[in-house]
Amino acid sequence: MNVRLLLLLFCFCLLTSRLQATVHTVGAGSNPTAIKTALALAQPKDTILVKSGFYQEGNLIVDKPLTLIGENNPVLDGNKQYEILSVKADSVTIKGFVVQNSGSASLDDPGGIKVYDSNHVVITNNTLYDNFFGIYIQYGKHCLVKNNTLISNGTTDELQIGNGIHCWKSDSILIIGNNVSGHRDGIYFEFVTNSVIWRNISFGNVRYGLHFMFSNNDAYITNVFRNNGAGVAVMYTKNVKMYNNVFEKNWGDAAYGLLLKDISDSHIENNRFIQNTSGIYMEGSNRISIKNNIFGSNGWGMKIQASCMDNAIDANNFTQNTFDVSTNGSLVLNTFAGNYWDKYEGYDLNKDKTGDVPYHPLSLFSVIVEKNPPAMLLYRSFMVTLLDKSEKILPSLTPDNFVDNQPLMRPLPL
Amino acid sequence: MNRITQFVLTDIFRNKIMIAYTALLAVFSWSAFTLENNSQKGLLTLLNIILLTVPLVSVLFSTIYIYNSSEFIELLVSQPIKRGKIWFSIFTGLSISLALAFLLGAGVPLLLYASIGMFGLVAGMGVLVSVAFTAIAFFSAIFTRDKAKGIGISVLLWLYFALLFDGLVLFLLFQFADYPIENAMVFITALSPIDLARILILLQLDISAMMGYTGAIFKQFFGTALGFSISVLLLCLWTAIPFALSLYRFQHKDL
Amino acid sequence: MIVIENLCKQFGKLQALKNVNLTLSAGACIALVGPNGCGKTTLMKSILGMALPDKGTILFDGKDIKNEFAYRSRIGYMPQIGRYPDNMTIKQVIDMIKHLRHYPENQTDKDLITRYQINDLAHKRMSTLSGGTTQKVSAVLAFLFNPDVYILDEPTAGLDPIAAEILKDKIMEEKAKGKLILISSHLLNELDELITELIFMQDGEVLFHKKTDDLRNETGEAKISKTITNMLKKQMS
Repeated sequence: MNVRLLLLLFCFCLLTSRLQATVHTVGAGSNPTAIKTALALAQPKDTILVKSGFYQEGNLIVDKPLTLIGENNPVLDGNKQYEILSVKADSVTIKGFVVQNSGSASLDDPGGIKVYDSNHVVITNNTLYDNFFGIYIQYGKHCLVKNNTLISNGTTDELQIGNGIHCWKSDSILIIGNNVSGHRDGIYFEFVTNSVIWRNISFGNVRYGLHFMFSNNDAYITNVFRNNGAGVAVMYTKNVKMYNNVFEKNWGDAAYGLLLKDISDSHIENNRFIQNTSGIYMEGSNRISIKNNIFGSNGWGMKIQASCMDNAIDANNFTQNTFDVSTNGSLVLNTFAGNYWDKYEGYDLNKDKTGDVPYHPLSLFSVIVEKNPPAMLLYRSFMVTLLDKSEKILPSLTPDNFVDNQPLMRPLPL
Repeated sequence: MNRITQFVLTDIFRNKIMIAYTALLAVFSWSAFTLENNSQKGLLTLLNIILLTVPLVSVLFSTIYIYNSSEFIELLVSQPIKRGKIWFSIFTGLSISLALAFLLGAGVPLLLYASIGMFGLVAGMGVLVSVAFTAIAFFSAIFTRDKAKGIGISVLLWLYFALLFDGLVLFLLFQFADYPIENAMVFITALSPIDLARILILLQLDISAMMGYTGAIFKQFFGTALGFSISVLLLCLWTAIPFALSLYRFQHKDL
Repeated sequence: MIVIENLCKQFGKLQALKNVNLTLSAGACIALVGPNGCGKTTLMKSILGMALPDKGTILFDGKDIKNEFAYRSRIGYMPQIGRYPDNMTIKQVIDMIKHLRHYPENQTDKDLITRYQINDLAHKRMSTLSGGTTQKVSAVLAFLFNPDVYILDEPTAGLDPIAAEILKDKIMEEKAKGKLILISSHLLNELDELITELIFMQDGEVLFHKKTDDLRNETGEAKISKTITNMLKKQMS
């Protein structure tokens, strides 16, 4: 019996020693001094604690489920030559590092932190400076990217810089509370499904603040996309949910608060589109519910191309836009109802809070400008005012089913 | 200040139409700023005033004033004074009083409700437009002795700059829609003082609309310090050229 | 003092002045007479630089007046119908011209102001004045600055007899000072005692320019008006 008990105890000790992971401390005065050494020494589920310092060790490959923790922001520097951290195992955690100066070859897309075919990877509280790609996840599942700051100084040349948070062919990814600026696209999704992007701020990126394609069943909630080269572009996707985001100050020739291309069965609700060249630009998009949003101080509140159908634009506030809505054709297959338009001049005799006269949000001048953009030159001239007024009284050139039959008298409290 | 200008000024300050004009501007501007809840809308109302009312009143009042002063001018010409000085002094007097009327009527609420930079720009444009249309009035008044004809020419010129010119621009835009004509259009707008003032104010006011494809080109030109200076210079030319032509004509006119 | 050479002026189809040649010397009091529309006013306005001749020159003291203006400070001009800015008072008009002329206040000739009792009316607006009073203001302005040359276009038209008499007296006084006086008038009888020379114009041409004494001698008539009809008859025949 004793022998049995002893054996059991031994086995137990053996087990617990593996369960109780070892902590390897790296840094000046510790042993080892190089992260690479620690990575080689460590067993799966170990923790590597990196002390404050400057580490220039080329490419670090994490191929075991390890927890890497930076203490007082140690700097991992790629010397502008290497991918800095390559994650090639499941359940890796990377926390508290400053990752900077990755290489910038455009062939294999080196990143500050790149995840290869791995699940349950957690990347939190890191700061990434001047990397080609910031955080790159390919074939990842159930990964979490949280509270990281990614800063790069991208120039206008899109090829000189990669994306901030880049995900490709992944599933169930959580991107939360990150701050991305100066990259090509702030956050980039391609073939990423069932994922959530929440409370991120993406600003001052060269191309798009958020860019996704073929990424079905994702949700984008409470993010801020500000002052990006071309705003936000989302394409070829079904079941997108965009709630409570802010799209603002996306100025320029081809800049949009939100560009929707071939998006269907989606919800765009409670967002704020402020001071964009176009708040929403949509083409080839169907069955989208656009509800309870604020469109304020945009050049165009919404540009709805004639290729869109069955979209419902309900209960939004349109204020101080140069043009509330414009379209490029005469076919109207979308509906407007119960929106507030600050340009509405009707009255409400029966006091039901909706105007008694339908509102035609499409002005003649917006149709002219759509056909002939330089006509913008005549904006706010007496002649244009006269044209618009006469068109309002006697609609002849604008489609008459482009109409909100229940325009609100007062803005919605959004 | 020169004597003739002073006499013109004292004469105009007693003029009922001038007082009514100042009051009208004041009523419009104050109500624009106090009724609208944001100053942006007030500014847009003011912009319409600058683009329509100010040119109309400036050109009409000046034309009528010149015709009504024909005796005064005759009296002055028989005196030992250079003809050029007479014409220029009357022009200065009219310009100052119209500009003052604008500043008193519209400038005061503007100063209170808009930013100081906006005040500078809008007030400056209002003054420049007033002066330019005074010059245009001098131009149309000198070419015919018939008061009714002269007023007719003035109103036509106003109608042209306020409305017909833009129609013409729109027509050209559609005629040459297949060609890259943005740059040419920037040049063409310079041919109307009202359009110049409108675009200069809009670029500061309503940037969203002017951005985008076309806006970028305008911004590129009108938005820079150089483009702005050139535009202001062009507005000044709109004063200088009609006035110079009328001056030449006046110096060779029998009275 | 004023020499006019080959002066031509055309208004549209109307030839207002045809090759006018005249010499007007200081000390002369010259009547410019002729039927309506004969070019009297145009001639006067040409001398003042108000009408600009098509051809010919006008010399003032030997200097061409073209593009000149300073010489006008030596001319007192009284227009046929003086018209003044409606909103100004008499005082303002007079003050304005004084300022414009830069003429020392103490040397101005206030004779007519006193005689016409203008000071009593000084604060009346020009628009409220009668035609006669307006003419008085014109006369005051013409004589205010002691000019060397007077150009008076129908000076007595519209004036009451007393005012006209005062003006005539004033002209006499100025003539006595040796100034050149050019008067156009229809009322020739009024001018009998005044004038020393006579220019008769018709259809823009000067028919004759003679001393009144010579005229009287030639025609044997005492009255100027008679001498003219006589002269015209003579020329016709």
